[in-house]
Amino acid sequence: MPDKKDDVYGDHISHKFNDELMALKSEFLEMGGLVESQVDRAITALVDNDGHLADEVRATDKKVDQMEIDLDEEATLIIARRQPTARDLRLVISVIKMVADLERVGDEAKKIAKFAIKLSEEGQAPRGYVEVRHIGNHVLSMLHDALDAFARLDSEQALRIMKEDKRVDEEYQAATRTLLTFMMEDTRNISRCMSVMWILRALERVGDHACNIAENVIFMVKGEDVRHTPVEEAEKVVGR
Amino acid sequence: MNTMNPTIAKEADHQEIEAGTPVREQPEETIIEEGKTVGEPFADNAKFKLRDVNVSYGDTRAIKNISLDVAKNEVIAFIGPSGCGKSTFLRCLNRMNDSIEICKVTGSLQLDDQDIYDRRRDVVELRARVGMVFQKPNPFPKSIYDNVAYGPRIHGLANRKSDLDDIVENSLRKAGLWSEVKDRLDATATGMSGGQQQRLCIARAIAVSPEVILMDEPCSALDPIATARVEELMAEMSESYTIVIVTHSMQQAARVSNRTAYFHLGHLVEVNETNKVFTSPEHELTESYITGRFG
Repeated sequence: MPDKKDDVYGDHISHKFNDELMALKSEFLEMGGLVESQVDRAITALVDNDGHLADEVRATDKKVDQMEIDLDEEATLIIARRQPTARDLRLVISVIKMVADLERVGDEAKKIAKFAIKLSEEGQAPRGYVEVRHIGNHVLSMLHDALDAFARLDSEQALRIMKEDKRVDEEYQAATRTLLTFMMEDTRNISRCMSVMWILRALERVGDHACNIAENVIFMVKGEDVRHTPVEEAEKVVGR
Repeated sequence: MNTMNPTIAKEADHQEIEAGTPVREQPEETIIEEGKTVGEPFADNAKFKLRDVNVSYGDTRAIKNISLDVAKNEVIAFIGPSGCGKSTFLRCLNRMNDSIEICKVTGSLQLDDQDIYDRRRDVVELRARVGMVFQKPNPFPKSIYDNVAYGPRIHGLANRKSDLDDIVENSLRKAGLWSEVKDRLDATATGMSGGQQQRLCIARAIAVSPEVILMDEPCSALDPIATARVEELMAEMSESYTIVIVTHSMQQAARVSNRTAYFHLGHLVEVNETNKVFTSPEHELTESYITGRFG
């Protein structure tokens, strides 16, 4: 259940202020959609050995960077011209922070694409791709749900994402162990397995960023900062 | 799992909502429970203890069952839409409403545990303790010196001319005006700029050594620089005085006050730390007002 209706930013006396906040929100979601597809395509490029797709991902990262700059500027202008307060202020501040997270996710996608190119050029049998696909799907759904929680101001969904992060960490550790086994089996695997480890590390970071976004959503909705607090504390805040 | 472009549907939703969103009128009275204030209206070291205060003008109720403490040496800001009762409530604190015949004040209003509305209370003495600065600067058509010296003279605060000179100088210094007027104390006050006149009125209020200063939109007739000076002054004065300010500028309330009280249609809806009110207010009405959804 969403906490509040989606029009909470749209009923100011100033229509222009409404428009500015709505634009900020929808452009953030647009950037989120782009970053999500960047991660998805980077994983596909890796698993399918598609160097061309990986190149595209690397090129598209420039667009992600530009969106970060644009959104930051819009947010700065809203603060300068409107002096937002309360939930409007929390929206603007959260967007500034979450945009940084999205940009970092974009960088991780670019990193994965870089390894995809390297690995496809080496052209050996894939090792650890099952784990990459599995964790990749997991963090992608977290990112998707975090953006969804933002769009619907759903702090309960945001809380679920925070809880999910622990599972990603466990999966990451398990995958690392599997790759270590491959490396011990045959030392010629080491270089490739190290690359896959970096990819897994990147995906694990994507999960962390999704979690940061979720924390910001809780701040936007509930007005309380749940960063660096145990999940139980966040649960109490969301339950209020 | 649909990971590709979740944006499109959401954007469409936004546009639909945006187009269909009416501008909200001032919310109905029914969502406020009379006498119920959210947040922290009470303080341990109360200068003013105000309980169940009701004010009416004839048959019209202007203040509905308000209870509030004003703490010693705090700056508390009263905000709210026009006609919400914030000025009326402020004027109760030094009985400025006495001159309005149809105005009736009930409830318990105490200054340092003494009843403000006690029949035996000397109102002139009360107003010396609880000074007031008004929206429009209102210096007397006298010299700068005489404006500040007026209060101390009638209250007999200075026996000698040199004492009076000291009071005038100190008051003007505290009001941040001394360096600007020290060479022309005999000049007429009405020839000063608006910002200077307002600071002169503050100096005049300070001259009788009040404990509390009430300010009713003190900066609404001033330019931004003069406003900044008065706000700076308030920050300094809060070390020695309790300040209650009514303001229409929410940014001003956010800048100068420790606590903010939100009034709505005669009710005191919320009182909280100013930091809290402007980042995450508790009451929906406070939120709507300070974010510019009505007002």
